[in-house]
Amino acid sequence: MSSSPTTAPRRTALDALHRSLGATMTDFAGWDMPLRYGSERDEHTAVRTRAGLFDLSHMGEITVTGPGAAALLDHALVGDIGGVRPGRARYTMICREDGGILDDLIVYRLAETEAGSSTCLVVANASNAQVVLDALVERSAGFDAEVRDDRDGYALLAVQGPESPGIVKALTDADLDGLKYYAGLPGTVAGVPALIARTGYTGEDGFELFVNPEHAVELWQALTKAGEGVGLVPCGLSCRDTLRLEAGMPLYGHELSTALTPFDAGLGRVVKFEKSGQPADFVGRTALAEAAARAESAPPRVLVGLVAEGRRVPRAGYPVVADGRVIGEVTSGAPSPTLGRPIAMAYVDATHAAPGTVGVGVDIRGSHEPYEVVALPFYKRRK
Amino acid sequence: MSNPQQLRYSKEHEWLSGAEDGVSTVGITEFAANALGDVVYAQLPEVGSTVTAGETCGELESTKSVSDLYSPVSGEITEINEDVVNDPSLVNTAPFEGGWLFKVRVAQEPDDLLSADEYVAHTAG
Repeated sequence: MSSSPTTAPRRTALDALHRSLGATMTDFAGWDMPLRYGSERDEHTAVRTRAGLFDLSHMGEITVTGPGAAALLDHALVGDIGGVRPGRARYTMICREDGGILDDLIVYRLAETEAGSSTCLVVANASNAQVVLDALVERSAGFDAEVRDDRDGYALLAVQGPESPGIVKALTDADLDGLKYYAGLPGTVAGVPALIARTGYTGEDGFELFVNPEHAVELWQALTKAGEGVGLVPCGLSCRDTLRLEAGMPLYGHELSTALTPFDAGLGRVVKFEKSGQPADFVGRTALAEAAARAESAPPRVLVGLVAEGRRVPRAGYPVVADGRVIGEVTSGAPSPTLGRPIAMAYVDATHAAPGTVGVGVDIRGSHEPYEVVALPFYKRRK
Repeated sequence: MSNPQQLRYSKEHEWLSGAEDGVSTVGITEFAANALGDVVYAQLPEVGSTVTAGETCGELESTKSVSDLYSPVSGEITEINEDVVNDPSLVNTAPFEGGWLFKVRVAQEPDDLLSADEYVAHTAG
């Protein structure tokens, strides 16, 4: 289970606080992280209906600065980073030369601080942080930009759920009403300097707060106090996984891998063959153009949602079956607290991918359990 | 976490009640329930079937994982807890009471079952 058995797990700045709250801890990509504090189902429901507070300090932050920062990222990533306005964020991916996905990322384009120079914050998955850092350093050759490992520079706290705007507003003068989804602005929260981003991974409105680790405990306690009256609870990685699954969001290592291109994952829209209005050359372009053409002519397996008719839970790797043969594979599965039934994401043959396709099942340890094919996401919040 | 003194325990975290007319009740401990997380599905052995001490006789599914259920003794299943089949969360909320799993007419008991104190020592490591 441990990804680094020979070294002690890394601990976040909030480690002692998690333990004092009685968290069940788990190894996650070499970090000792809270899995849950009490019932993961209650934590899930709190985020859907009220608010939850997460420690995400294991995520990998990489700062890219300099006059050539945007050009470097346009070359290194599949997205159009030069086209992102300062203060906005973009979901994107970093691919290999052969088009395989190295990681999915969020890139924040921070405000321009001096003429012509820009600063971007690249947030990578914990398990891929080193891979992404190494790739960006390698791909930075020839660009007037600096790639800096900022993993130790940030603690990351997330407040997610319908009550989260009220909670954060109580602690900041920053203009949260003017802060759109997928945008970030520098400010202070509870007196702590923070990059305040309106992002998350739960399907709910919410904020991610990037702060200096030395302020993490202070901020956690202020958020806890501000959320007291509206039912904010601390939340672990277990409910974060069921929340993102209900929201149909891919997870690296499950829906995304080096064996798939963004087109195979149904996320071809993140690949921009034109950047800043110009045809762009970037790592993986040739392979990705071929993958795009292939996706047109011979559709690959399609990522779909499956909803159980019974109560047995599909797990990653379980075969999806129809007419006695394997037509796909489950990538993520869990009991859905919101739907009250087990759900899964799975790649299935295009012939069985249409919502409502009948006769589809999941092979759960030898027994073929009936499942309904549905469009993703399973859950969409009302705006 | 308190483990009732009158019960006996297996190293696989089942508890076993004393026998009434040769029939004992089996459940999993609070320690095991906490480790599993929210239990969402319980597949229990069939009434009338024979179970063997230390062997798989069902499964408990939680949000994160599926775990085999073992029988701490050998014998014949006389009853399963339908309340748990309908509401598996009873395993979490009342592991030693309403969350019991099955009753078994004991044919043979292994000699390595633990007392409450020995079980506490077993889980302390």
